[in-house]
Amino acid sequence: MIAAHQLRKLYGGNVVLDGVSLTVPGGQCLALLGPNGAGKTTLLRILATLLRPTTGTLRIDQVDALREPERVRPLLSIVAHGSHVYEDLTARENLRFWETLRGGDPAPARLLSALTEVELDNVADVRVRTFSAGMKRRLALARVLLGQARVLLLDEPFTGLDRRGRKWVNEFLLGFKARGGAAVLATHSFDGGLGVADRVCILGGGRVLVERPAGDLSPPELHRLYESLTDSAEEAP
Amino acid sequence: MTYARRAWIVLWKDLLVERRSKEQLNALLFFCLLLLFIFQFALGPDREQRAAVLPGLLWLGFVLAGLLGLGRSFLAERENDCWEGLRLSPGDKSAIYLGKLAGNCVLMTAVEIILVVLFGVFYDVDLWTPAAPLALVLALGTVGLAAVGTLFAAMTTHVRARELLFPVLLLPVQVPVLLATVSATQTLLLGQPLADAAHWLKLLAGADLVYVTVGLLTFEFVLEA
Repeated sequence: MIAAHQLRKLYGGNVVLDGVSLTVPGGQCLALLGPNGAGKTTLLRILATLLRPTTGTLRIDQVDALREPERVRPLLSIVAHGSHVYEDLTARENLRFWETLRGGDPAPARLLSALTEVELDNVADVRVRTFSAGMKRRLALARVLLGQARVLLLDEPFTGLDRRGRKWVNEFLLGFKARGGAAVLATHSFDGGLGVADRVCILGGGRVLVERPAGDLSPPELHRLYESLTDSAEEAP
Repeated sequence: MTYARRAWIVLWKDLLVERRSKEQLNALLFFCLLLLFIFQFALGPDREQRAAVLPGLLWLGFVLAGLLGLGRSFLAERENDCWEGLRLSPGDKSAIYLGKLAGNCVLMTAVEIILVVLFGVFYDVDLWTPAAPLALVLALGTVGLAAVGTLFAAMTTHVRARELLFPVLLLPVQVPVLLATVSATQTLLLGQPLADAAHWLKLLAGADLVYVTVGLLTFEFVLEA
């Protein structure tokens, strides 16, 4: 589903990504781990076709995403810090707006069904300005459900969420994978998300330091590996 | 059909957000009142002197209000990365521009109607007799101002010095629109028929056509930049 090869991104003279390659087939989730400044968000923005790499190739569902971003965008959904919600609209109005803009069917029953699935049906007509961070993230995920995206990109989805919120996002990801979707989840914390990941990729200094099946390592082993790799990457000139 | 629906939903969203937040309308109305008071004091009671400068003052008010309003028209998109959501939405991005342009035209028209009525009251000018041709001039001028303003507002949304850059970019491009609207308004306020201002109306209509077309064709690149 996602096949990135030798992605390199330079900002001025700074190398932010240095030859990153990764593959995520449908039905799988890749967890991108790395400290702040490792290049996770840049990589996600390139995968979302929001940013062009300096060099490298990116194919999403067999389509050259760098050459034809408009063709792959209907397949993509990104849930980042901002969540793409208008604060002065209600949850229902937000979904109606984005679904119409996508060219989808904004039928009231569909919108309500998506809101019910993310457990926001009881606040469907409340302005988003009053929502917590977790509720905004759930609203963003309702947009993903309506859009029937096949590639889901999540940037720090667990930030600001309590244990119940993290469990909820994990369950959502499991459901997304079960429907054949490919997910990439970028995080710098070990608090959540790793349980649903099929592969773990540790980024440091813009490079892939290691990529392994998630089941190969226990959480303490992964933690130790992460600490040793990112420490040495930060020390490298 | 989908294109029209997409443009409509952007217009619907902008008007709904404005109705609830009232950020632009309140600021613009207060600003217009302030302008009227300042002009009133500056010009004094001389009716002839006022009649000569009134069309210019009227459009100065519209342009200044437009600068304030149009410059803020993409601020809602900066919150919560909605700008990126617009970029990622599939389909022709010019529909977004069209919706935004329509929203700005509605807002500017609301402000202009209030400003025109207040001008009539404050300066004791008969704006009722030439109301229909004046409405045509205002409509054409508003489209011209909003077409370029919407595009430049999008271009400067992520620029740090956007409050400075926006008028610097907008005003020189608006010269044909301002020349035509002020001259046509003066013709109408002097009691002359609309036909006497036909050449200005043609220039205005031509400028509108060019500005809207350029906006529709280039908005996608502005959004992606």
